Amino acid sequence: MSADIVRKIGDEGMKSDVPDFQIGDTVSVHVKIREGDKERVQVFTGYVLARDGGGGTETYTVRRVSHGVGVERVFPLHSPYVEKIEVVRSAHVRRAKLYYQRGLTGRKARLKEKIVVKK
Amino acid sequence: MNGILGRKLGMTQIFDDAGRRVAVTVIAAGPCLVVQRKTKSSDGYEAVKLGFEPQKASRLSKTALGEYNKAGVDPQRMMQEFPCAADEELAPGTRVTVDQFEGVTHVDVAATSKGRGFAGVVKRYNMAGGAKTHGGHSKRRVGAIGQCSYPARVMKGQKMPGHMGNVRVTQQNLKLLAIRPEENLLLVQGAVPGPNGGVVRVSRALKKAGKSA
Repeated sequence: MSADIVRKIGDEGMKSDVPDFQIGDTVSVHVKIREGDKERVQVFTGYVLARDGGGGTETYTVRRVSHGVGVERVFPLHSPYVEKIEVVRSAHVRRAKLYYQRGLTGRKARLKEKIVVKK
Repeated sequence: MNGILGRKLGMTQIFDDAGRRVAVTVIAAGPCLVVQRKTKSSDGYEAVKLGFEPQKASRLSKTALGEYNKAGVDPQRMMQEFPCAADEELAPGTRVTVDQFEGVTHVDVAATSKGRGFAGVVKRYNMAGGAKTHGGHSKRRVGAIGQCSYPARVMKGQKMPGHMGNVRVTQQNLKLLAIRPEENLLLVQGAVPGPNGGVVRVSRALKKAGKSA
Protein backbone atom coordinates (compact mmCIF):
# COMPACT_ATOMS: atom_id res chain seq x y z
CA MET A 1 0.00 0.00 0.00
CA SER A 2 2.71 2.43 0.99
CA ALA A 3 4.72 1.51 -2.09
CA ASP A 4 1.68 2.51 -4.15
CA ILE A 5 1.69 5.98 -2.59
CA VAL A 6 5.37 6.43 -3.39
CA ARG A 7 4.81 5.24 -6.96
CA LYS A 8 1.87 7.60 -7.37
CA ILE A 9 3.97 10.56 -6.28
CA GLY A 10 6.72 9.58 -8.69
CA ASP A 11 4.15 9.33 -11.49
CA GLU A 12 2.70 12.78 -10.92
CA GLY A 13 5.12 14.50 -13.26
CA MET A 14 4.31 12.14 -16.15
CA LYS A 15 3.57 13.72 -19.50
CA SER A 16 0.69 12.45 -21.61
CA ASP A 17 2.22 13.35 -24.97
CA VAL A 18 5.31 11.13 -24.91
CA PRO A 19 5.46 9.25 -28.22
CA ASP A 20 5.81 5.50 -28.30
CA PHE A 21 9.38 4.73 -29.35
CA GLN A 22 11.42 1.56 -29.19
CA ILE A 23 15.03 0.58 -28.64
CA GLY A 24 17.05 1.25 -31.80
CA ASP A 25 14.72 3.97 -33.07
CA THR A 26 16.41 7.10 -34.29
CA VAL A 27 14.87 10.02 -32.45
CA SER A 28 15.23 13.78 -32.42
CA VAL A 29 15.02 15.10 -28.89
CA HIS A 30 14.15 18.79 -28.70
CA VAL A 31 15.79 20.03 -25.50
CA LYS A 32 15.12 23.41 -24.00
CA ILE A 33 18.33 25.13 -22.96
CA ARG A 34 18.53 28.20 -20.78
CA GLU A 35 21.34 30.64 -21.42
CA GLY A 36 21.13 33.42 -18.90
CA ASP A 37 17.50 34.41 -19.14
CA LYS A 38 17.11 33.37 -22.77
CA GLU A 39 15.70 30.02 -23.70
CA ARG A 40 16.33 28.16 -26.93
CA VAL A 41 15.73 24.67 -28.27
CA GLN A 42 18.54 22.32 -29.21
CA VAL A 43 17.92 19.14 -31.16
CA PHE A 44 19.82 16.01 -30.21
CA THR A 45 19.44 13.28 -32.81
CA GLY A 46 20.60 9.73 -32.30
CA TYR A 47 19.37 6.22 -31.72
CA VAL A 48 17.85 4.91 -28.51
CA LEU A 49 20.43 2.74 -26.81
CA ALA A 50 18.39 1.80 -23.74
CA ARG A 51 15.34 2.59 -21.70
CA ASP A 52 15.59 2.28 -17.94
CA GLY A 53 13.10 2.23 -15.13
CA GLY A 54 9.40 2.81 -15.32
CA GLY A 55 6.63 5.17 -14.39
CA GLY A 56 7.54 8.77 -13.80
CA THR A 57 11.21 8.00 -13.28
CA GLU A 58 11.84 6.25 -16.60
CA THR A 59 14.88 7.40 -18.58
CA TYR A 60 16.23 6.69 -22.05
CA THR A 61 19.72 6.91 -23.45
CA VAL A 62 20.30 8.41 -26.88
CA ARG A 63 23.58 7.78 -28.66
CA ARG A 64 25.02 9.56 -31.64
CA VAL A 65 28.45 9.71 -33.18
CA SER A 66 29.49 13.28 -33.62
CA HIS A 67 32.83 14.19 -35.22
CA GLY A 68 33.95 10.62 -34.72
CA VAL A 69 33.22 10.71 -31.00
CA GLY A 70 30.37 8.75 -29.49
CA VAL A 71 28.08 10.96 -27.44
CA GLU A 72 25.40 9.56 -25.17
CA ARG A 73 22.80 11.56 -23.33
CA VAL A 74 20.36 10.24 -20.76
CA PHE A 75 17.00 11.98 -20.64
CA PRO A 76 14.19 11.47 -18.14
CA LEU A 77 11.25 10.33 -20.25
CA HIS A 78 9.01 12.92 -18.64
CA SER A 79 11.53 15.74 -18.35
CA PRO A 80 9.99 19.22 -18.58
CA TYR A 81 13.15 20.28 -20.43
CA VAL A 82 12.27 18.05 -23.37
CA GLU A 83 9.87 19.89 -25.62
CA LYS A 84 9.17 16.98 -27.96
CA ILE A 85 10.56 13.70 -29.18
CA GLU A 86 10.36 12.87 -32.90
CA VAL A 87 10.81 9.35 -34.16
CA VAL A 88 12.85 9.61 -37.36
CA ARG A 89 13.21 5.92 -38.23
CA SER A 90 12.89 2.54 -36.60
CA ALA A 91 15.39 -0.28 -36.66
CA HIS A 92 15.20 -4.04 -36.38
CA VAL A 93 17.05 -4.91 -33.17
CA ARG A 94 17.13 -8.07 -31.07
CA ARG A 95 18.27 -6.60 -27.76
CA ALA A 96 16.63 -4.42 -25.14
CA LYS A 97 19.96 -2.70 -24.46
CA LEU A 98 22.25 -1.91 -27.39
CA TYR A 99 25.42 -1.47 -25.33
CA TYR A 100 27.30 -3.70 -27.79
CA GLN A 101 27.04 -0.81 -30.25
CA ARG A 102 29.59 1.17 -28.26
CA GLY A 103 32.41 -1.04 -29.43
CA LEU A 104 31.40 -0.96 -33.07
CA THR A 105 32.21 1.54 -35.79
CA GLY A 106 31.53 1.91 -39.49
CA ARG A 107 29.46 -0.69 -41.32
CA LYS A 108 29.24 -2.95 -38.28
CA ALA A 109 27.54 -0.21 -36.29
CA ARG A 110 24.61 0.08 -38.69
CA LEU A 111 21.15 -0.75 -37.52
CA LYS A 112 18.88 -2.38 -40.07
CA GLU A 113 15.77 -0.37 -40.73
CA LYS A 114 12.48 -1.86 -39.70
CA ILE A 115 9.77 -1.53 -42.30
CA VAL A 116 6.61 -0.78 -40.43
CA VAL A 117 3.60 -2.13 -42.26
CA LYS A 118 0.62 0.04 -41.67
CA LYS A 119 -2.60 -1.82 -41.20
CA MET B 1 4.58 22.66 18.59
CA ASN B 2 7.22 21.71 16.12
CA GLY B 3 7.22 18.01 15.53
CA ILE B 4 5.36 14.93 14.45
CA LEU B 5 5.82 11.18 14.24
CA GLY B 6 5.54 9.32 10.98
CA ARG B 7 6.67 6.44 8.88
CA LYS B 8 9.11 6.51 5.98
CA LEU B 9 7.28 5.15 2.95
CA GLY B 10 10.09 5.20 0.43
CA MET B 11 11.92 7.30 -2.10
CA THR B 12 11.12 8.46 -5.60
CA GLN B 13 11.86 11.50 -7.70
CA ILE B 14 9.84 14.53 -8.71
CA PHE B 15 10.45 17.48 -11.01
CA ASP B 16 10.82 20.79 -9.17
CA ASP B 17 9.64 24.19 -10.37
CA ALA B 18 12.77 24.65 -12.45
CA GLY B 19 12.22 21.26 -14.10
CA ARG B 20 15.12 19.55 -12.36
CA ARG B 21 14.79 16.01 -11.05
CA VAL B 22 14.89 15.92 -7.26
CA ALA B 23 15.16 12.82 -5.09
CA VAL B 24 12.47 12.85 -2.42
CA THR B 25 11.57 10.74 0.57
CA VAL B 26 7.87 10.29 1.19
CA ILE B 27 6.89 10.33 4.86
CA ALA B 28 3.41 9.49 6.09
CA ALA B 29 3.27 11.68 9.19
CA GLY B 30 0.48 11.75 11.72
CA PRO B 31 -2.19 12.37 12.58
CA CYS B 32 -0.91 12.25 16.16
CA LEU B 33 -2.97 12.68 19.30
CA VAL B 34 -1.92 14.75 22.27
CA VAL B 35 -1.66 12.46 25.27
CA GLN B 36 -0.21 14.83 27.82
CA ARG B 37 0.64 18.51 28.03
CA LYS B 38 3.59 19.11 30.34
CA THR B 39 3.86 22.61 31.76
CA LYS B 40 6.43 24.61 33.66
CA SER B 41 4.30 24.62 36.79
CA SER B 42 3.53 20.90 36.87
CA ASP B 43 6.61 19.32 35.27
CA GLY B 44 9.27 22.02 35.24
CA TYR B 45 9.33 22.40 31.44
CA GLU B 46 7.01 22.89 28.50
CA ALA B 47 6.37 19.88 26.28
CA VAL B 48 3.69 17.85 24.64
CA LYS B 49 3.48 14.07 24.51
CA LEU B 50 2.16 12.71 21.24
CA GLY B 51 0.74 9.28 20.52
CA PHE B 52 0.91 7.81 17.02
CA GLU B 53 -0.88 4.93 15.28
CA PRO B 54 -3.93 3.38 16.98
CA GLN B 55 -3.26 0.14 18.78
CA LYS B 56 -5.32 -2.53 20.57
CA ALA B 57 -5.38 -1.94 24.30
CA SER B 58 -4.40 -5.57 24.92
CA ARG B 59 -1.08 -5.02 23.17
CA LEU B 60 0.03 -2.22 25.47
CA SER B 61 1.66 -2.26 28.85
CA LYS B 62 -0.50 -1.23 31.75
CA THR B 63 1.61 1.87 32.37
CA ALA B 64 1.13 3.07 28.81
CA LEU B 65 -2.54 2.19 28.88
CA GLY B 66 -2.91 4.13 32.11
CA GLU B 67 -1.59 7.25 30.42
CA TYR B 68 -4.06 6.93 27.56
CA ASN B 69 -6.94 6.27 29.92
CA LYS B 70 -6.03 9.28 32.01
CA ALA B 71 -5.95 11.46 28.92
CA GLY B 72 -9.16 9.94 27.59
CA VAL B 73 -7.40 9.15 24.30
CA ASP B 74 -7.62 5.96 22.21
CA PRO B 75 -4.58 3.74 22.81
CA GLN B 76 -1.69 4.38 20.43
CA ARG B 77 1.25 2.25 19.38
CA MET B 78 3.94 4.74 20.36
CA MET B 79 4.41 7.87 22.38
CA GLN B 80 7.04 10.60 22.13
CA GLU B 81 7.59 13.98 23.66
CA PHE B 82 8.16 17.20 21.73
CA PRO B 83 9.05 20.62 23.10
CA CYS B 84 6.45 23.34 22.70
CA ALA B 85 5.86 26.95 23.66
CA ALA B 86 4.21 27.94 26.94
CA ASP B 87 1.29 29.68 25.28
CA GLU B 88 0.20 26.65 23.24
CA GLU B 89 -3.03 25.07 24.45
CA LEU B 90 -2.92 21.50 23.05
CA ALA B 91 -5.31 19.73 25.41
CA PRO B 92 -5.18 15.90 25.49
CA GLY B 93 -7.01 14.47 22.49
CA THR B 94 -6.02 17.30 20.14
CA ARG B 95 -5.10 16.05 16.68
CA VAL B 96 -1.65 17.09 15.49
CA THR B 97 -1.21 16.90 11.73
CA VAL B 98 1.28 17.92 9.04
CA ASP B 99 -0.54 21.26 8.80
CA GLN B 100 1.87 22.62 11.41
CA PHE B 101 4.66 22.54 8.79
CA GLU B 102 2.86 25.10 6.64
CA GLY B 103 5.47 27.68 5.64
CA VAL B 104 8.35 25.64 7.05
CA THR B 105 11.26 25.31 4.61
CA HIS B 106 13.58 22.87 6.37
CA VAL B 107 13.12 19.94 8.76
CA ASP B 108 15.25 17.59 10.83
CA VAL B 109 14.40 13.90 10.57
CA ALA B 110 15.48 11.47 13.30
CA ALA B 111 15.18 7.71 13.04
CA THR B 112 16.98 4.47 13.77
CA SER B 113 19.40 3.72 10.95
CA LYS B 114 19.51 0.37 9.18
CA GLY B 115 21.62 -2.15 11.08
CA ARG B 116 24.74 -3.36 9.25
CA GLY B 117 25.82 -5.92 11.84
CA PHE B 118 29.51 -6.38 12.64
CA ALA B 119 31.12 -4.35 9.88
CA GLY B 120 34.72 -4.01 8.83
CA VAL B 121 36.61 -0.80 8.67
CA VAL B 122 36.21 -0.23 4.93
CA LYS B 123 32.42 -0.20 5.18
CA ARG B 124 32.24 1.39 8.62
CA TYR B 125 34.75 4.24 8.32
CA ASN B 126 35.35 4.41 4.57
CA MET B 127 38.97 3.40 4.99
CA ALA B 128 40.75 2.63 1.76
CA GLY B 129 41.85 -0.93 2.48
CA GLY B 130 44.91 -2.51 0.98
CA ALA B 131 45.92 -3.55 -2.49
CA LYS B 132 43.61 -6.10 -4.12
CA THR B 133 46.34 -7.18 -6.51
CA HIS B 134 50.15 -7.14 -6.70
CA GLY B 135 50.30 -9.76 -3.95
CA GLY B 136 48.36 -7.66 -1.47
CA HIS B 137 47.46 -9.54 1.68
CA SER B 138 45.48 -6.83 3.41
CA LYS B 139 42.55 -6.36 1.08
CA ARG B 140 40.06 -4.96 3.59
CA ARG B 141 42.11 -5.01 6.77
CA VAL B 142 42.49 -2.23 9.34
CA GLY B 143 46.19 -1.65 8.72
CA ALA B 144 48.38 -0.09 11.39
CA ILE B 145 46.68 0.96 14.61
CA GLY B 146 49.54 2.78 16.33
CA GLN B 147 53.26 3.24 16.75
CA CYS B 148 55.85 1.16 18.71
CA SER B 149 57.41 1.16 22.21
CA TYR B 150 56.28 4.73 22.63
CA PRO B 151 53.32 5.12 23.32
CA ALA B 152 53.19 1.31 23.61
CA ARG B 153 49.42 1.33 23.56
CA VAL B 154 46.55 1.91 21.19
CA MET B 155 45.03 5.37 21.38
CA LYS B 156 41.47 5.67 22.54
CA GLY B 157 39.00 6.15 19.73
CA GLN B 158 41.06 4.13 17.26
CA LYS B 159 38.74 3.16 14.42
CA MET B 160 38.25 -0.57 14.31
CA PRO B 161 35.67 -3.08 13.07
CA GLY B 162 32.51 -3.36 15.09
CA HIS B 163 28.79 -2.97 15.13
CA MET B 164 27.49 -0.50 12.60
CA GLY B 165 24.07 1.06 12.19
CA ASN B 166 20.93 0.48 14.24
CA VAL B 167 21.53 3.73 16.11
CA ARG B 168 19.47 6.87 16.25
CA VAL B 169 20.53 9.24 13.49
CA THR B 170 19.26 12.76 12.89
CA GLN B 171 19.48 14.13 9.38
CA GLN B 172 19.46 17.89 9.74
CA ASN B 173 18.24 20.68 7.47
CA LEU B 174 16.42 18.61 4.87
CA LYS B 175 14.42 20.73 2.48
CA LEU B 176 10.70 20.28 2.91
CA LEU B 177 9.37 20.23 -0.64
CA ALA B 178 5.66 19.62 -0.17
CA ILE B 179 3.02 19.12 2.48
CA ARG B 180 -0.15 17.19 1.65
CA PRO B 181 -2.53 17.50 4.56
CA GLU B 182 -5.30 15.51 2.86
CA GLU B 183 -3.04 12.44 2.61
CA ASN B 184 -0.95 13.20 5.74
CA LEU B 185 2.19 13.22 3.64
CA LEU B 186 5.46 15.12 3.77
CA LEU B 187 7.87 15.19 0.85
CA VAL B 188 11.43 15.77 1.99
CA GLN B 189 14.39 16.27 -0.30
CA GLY B 190 17.07 13.64 -0.02
CA ALA B 191 17.48 10.53 2.08
CA VAL B 192 16.21 9.84 5.57
CA PRO B 193 17.67 7.30 8.03
CA GLY B 194 16.12 3.87 8.42
CA PRO B 195 14.28 1.33 6.30
CA ASN B 196 11.08 1.90 4.38
CA GLY B 197 8.25 1.52 6.85
CA GLY B 198 10.45 2.67 9.73
CA VAL B 199 9.29 5.19 12.32
CA VAL B 200 10.67 8.70 11.87
CA ARG B 201 10.49 11.80 14.00
CA VAL B 202 10.14 14.98 11.96
CA SER B 203 10.71 18.37 13.53
CA ARG B 204 11.42 21.87 12.38
CA ALA B 205 15.08 22.36 11.52
CA LEU B 206 16.85 23.35 14.72
CA LYS B 207 19.64 25.19 12.94
CA LYS B 208 17.24 27.10 10.70
CA ALA B 209 15.17 28.34 13.63
CA GLY B 210 14.93 32.09 13.78
CA LYS B 211 15.56 32.32 10.07
CA SER B 212 12.94 31.46 7.47
CA ALA B 213 11.89 28.18 9.09
